[in-house]
Order: sequence, then C-alpha cells, then structure tokens
Amino acid sequence: MSEAFPRGRTAIVATATHAIGEAPGLAAMDLLAQASIKALAKVGMTPADVDGLFAQLPVDFVSGLSVSEYMGIQPRITDNNRTGGSAFQTYVIAAALALDAGLCDVALIAYGSTQRSAPGMAPGKPDPFEGAYKARYPMSAYALAASRHMHDYGTTRDQLAEVAVAARQWANLNPEAYARGPLSIDDVLAARMVCDPLSLRDCCLVTDGAAAIVMTRADRAKDLCARPAYVLGGAAATSHNRIAAMPDLTTTSAVESGKRAFAQAGYAPSDMDVLQLYDAFTINPILFLEDLGYCAKGEGGAFVSGGRIAPGGALPVNTNGGGLSCVHPGMYGLFALAEASDQLMGVAGERQVAGVDLSLAHGNGMLLSSQATIILGSQATL
Amino acid sequence: MHDMIKPAEDYLRFLGEGRFMIQRALESGRYVFYPRVAEPRTGGALEWIEASGLGTVYATTVQRSKPPAPDTNVVLVDLDEGPRMMSRVDGIAPHEVTIGMRVRARIVSEDGDPFVVFVPEAPA
Repeated sequence: MSEAFPRGRTAIVATATHAIGEAPGLAAMDLLAQASIKALAKVGMTPADVDGLFAQLPVDFVSGLSVSEYMGIQPRITDNNRTGGSAFQTYVIAAALALDAGLCDVALIAYGSTQRSAPGMAPGKPDPFEGAYKARYPMSAYALAASRHMHDYGTTRDQLAEVAVAARQWANLNPEAYARGPLSIDDVLAARMVCDPLSLRDCCLVTDGAAAIVMTRADRAKDLCARPAYVLGGAAATSHNRIAAMPDLTTTSAVESGKRAFAQAGYAPSDMDVLQLYDAFTINPILFLEDLGYCAKGEGGAFVSGGRIAPGGALPVNTNGGGLSCVHPGMYGLFALAEASDQLMGVAGERQVAGVDLSLAHGNGMLLSSQATIILGSQATL
Repeated sequence: MHDMIKPAEDYLRFLGEGRFMIQRALESGRYVFYPRVAEPRTGGALEWIEASGLGTVYATTVQRSKPPAPDTNVVLVDLDEGPRMMSRVDGIAPHEVTIGMRVRARIVSEDGDPFVVFVPEAPA
C-alpha cells in the first residue's frame, strides 16, 4: 500500500533560531522558550495558542511535560520521540498527520541546548559489550564510516575538506553563524587530527542554541505567512543504534527515507532547489548526497569537489553554514528545517538562493542510525 | 535452557572463564552478537557457542590523544561466523591497523570486567 502522507495539507508558517553560539547563565529550557516565543510572535500567536507540542531538550526525558509546564501550554498532542538529531524531522511527520486529522490546530516544534556553556549528558551505565573500548562517541563512529568509504571508493581527505570549506563559505554569508572567516582545504587538512581520518575541522561545532518552528493546516497558513513552506513529504527510516550493527557503513537508511519522501512529494531529487543535509561530520553530506540520489554510491567525494555545494556552485547545500560552521548544540535537525523553510519563504538574507520552490531538510540521528527526510514546497508546487 | 539466557551476565562470566562466547539461533543457524535473549527478526531461541576468534578488520580509526596519553585504536571486526563487533587491535601501533587485516581474538582485563581485543593473525 502506498503511503497516504497528507501532501501539502500542512505548512511551516514561522521559524526562529535563538542564542546561536554562547548563552552563559541560561538553561536549555530558557533558550527553547525564547526561540518558541519568537517564532510564535511572527504569526501573531503566543504559547497559549499551541495545542500540539513536539519538543526536546538534551537531558530531559520528559521534555514534553516540562516544556508544556514552563511555557503554559496544555497540548492535545505531546511528542518527545528521541531518535537523536533526526527527531525533529520525525516531529514534522507526526505534526502533519496530527494537524491533518484535526487532533491539533497549532503545532510547535522546539529545541534548546547549552552544550557549549554547560556541557554534559546524563551519565548512562557503561555498555557491557562495548564500554571497554572507550570509543569517543560520536566522532569515532563517523571516523569508522569515513575510513570504510575511503577504502571502498577512494574518497580522499581533500574531498571531505571540500564539505567543510563549502559550509564555511555559506556561514560567511550568515551573520548568525558561529564560525566565520576564511577556511581553506589546507586549513582543514592541517587541523589537529581527532579520529583518523577526521580532523577538528571535519567535525561539527559545539555551540549553544535553540530553534522553533510553527505548523498549521494549509488553509490557515495562507493567512499567517506570505510564503508558507508546505510539507509535501516526510519519511523516516532506522537501521541500527550501535555503529557495529550498521549493515554497511557506507550506505545509510537515507536511501529509504529519501525514496519514500520523494514519492510522497511527487518530485525527484533533481527538482530540489536547495538542500539542508545534517552535517555532524564532513562524511555526512557525502553519504546523504549518494543515498538521496544525487550521485552514485561512492561518487560523493568527487561530487562535492570544485565548490559544487558552496555559494556559486551548481547545488546549494547547507546554506546557513550547517552544523560545521553555523550551529550544533548537541542536535542540529531542527536548524536544518528552519533554514530549509527560510529559504522557501525567501527570508534568508544575503545567503538566499534565488527562486526556491522546493527545499529539502534531511535529519540524521545518533551514529548514522536514524534518517529522516522532509520535502517542503511553495504554493506553486501544490 | 535458552530461556535462561542472561545476555550480559552470561557473556561476562564466560569471558572470566577464558571463553569468548557468541550466540547461534537454534532454528536458522545464524550467529548473533551482541548477546540477546532472542534472535533479531525471528524472535527465535538462541544458544551460546564458542567463537572461532578469527575475524577481519572492517573499519578502523585512531583516536588521537594529547601526549603523554597514547593514541588508541577502535575497530569494527567482522567475525568469521558473520556478526560484526566493536573492538581494538593490540600488538601493533594504532595507525598500522588496516581494513582487511586478519585478526585473532584475545581476552584481556584492564580496570574492570574482561573484554575481547584482537591481535594480527600471523600469516599461515
């Protein structure tokens, strides 16, 4: 049976980011609330208008409840699904279904983190089967994937560095980005090695930050927003949790999430005007470009070379500067969605891509474990 | 017998006795690692079986440390029985570990419970 996603029947009508960089003295919840209030204000709403809450904080396993309490929301639908950084893409899917079914009227998707100012995750019990190897998560897992991609396909460190350099060039067009300034391929190669083959500049930032997006049904969206970002498709796929259980370290389940999301939307990869691909590490966009169908498996390194995904290149990718140069407060998925929406709404300032009608935001969770793809379109695509 | 499996407890006890044990599904014959109470997908019963200890490096990284702390190696090893596991290759420098290298398991104990590392398998 084909998937009956409510194509174009809901839309993102507002986005906000907040405190990208450093926010000393504030809690993750404070940042989440500020981003949420900012986003809601753009469409003339307050927290009291929200009746569908999809929210997450880094170390709060009942964030659906604590966020409701803090902001004074009595949601009819609450979701704090945790699939890692892709969770926010899964919230868009759940929110679209809930809005379309009338189970809620205004959905708020929100996240906040103080990973830079007040780092720390909840200490878990050591894994009885892997704890002894003292793997540095998540870097070591992505390094293992990069090592295998290089072995199988001849991908080079220069090609990985192309991804970091493109992200920095986009960040230089984004006043909110945390890491700005010149960055060359040689700078990336010469940076301190973290986990071979990844250097410090192959790894995402560690920042504070918050983001929020507001979704409504399409009929209402037109009155709230000049150019709503209609949700045309959304699909998620899971392949593993531990990196040792990933069937093939060079192929992610974005193959499946992408195929299903494109089928729902009725568009092909080549129809997208701009892509946001969760870039926790430089290997990620290479894997996702392959897995979402932009090039053949193994050709991602060559594909990103020569500035193809940088400003002025043929395919704009991670136009806010990404997790590598804009913001990465523990999880980045919602920032990818905010940027994908802003590009479609035409409010991305100096980094705005011209004539965006189709925009993709791909989320990655944990150790390449969870993949989720959202396709957004303008009124013209409905 | 199989409904008595206590995955982590049994696994660590076997290692303490000097045996690297993995699991095999009674019905399908497929091998399973890490240890569980039932086979993935089928939910079928599992039994413990001693691993051959032979495997091939599938992926490798060197985790760099600030001197004087040493760099460390983390690998994924494909066991000859099929399953893939995380481990470490000892006996050579971390950066000398290569994908495709044949390795043999060895049980070691450092600060706590015993665990499995691998050493390069001498060519026959």
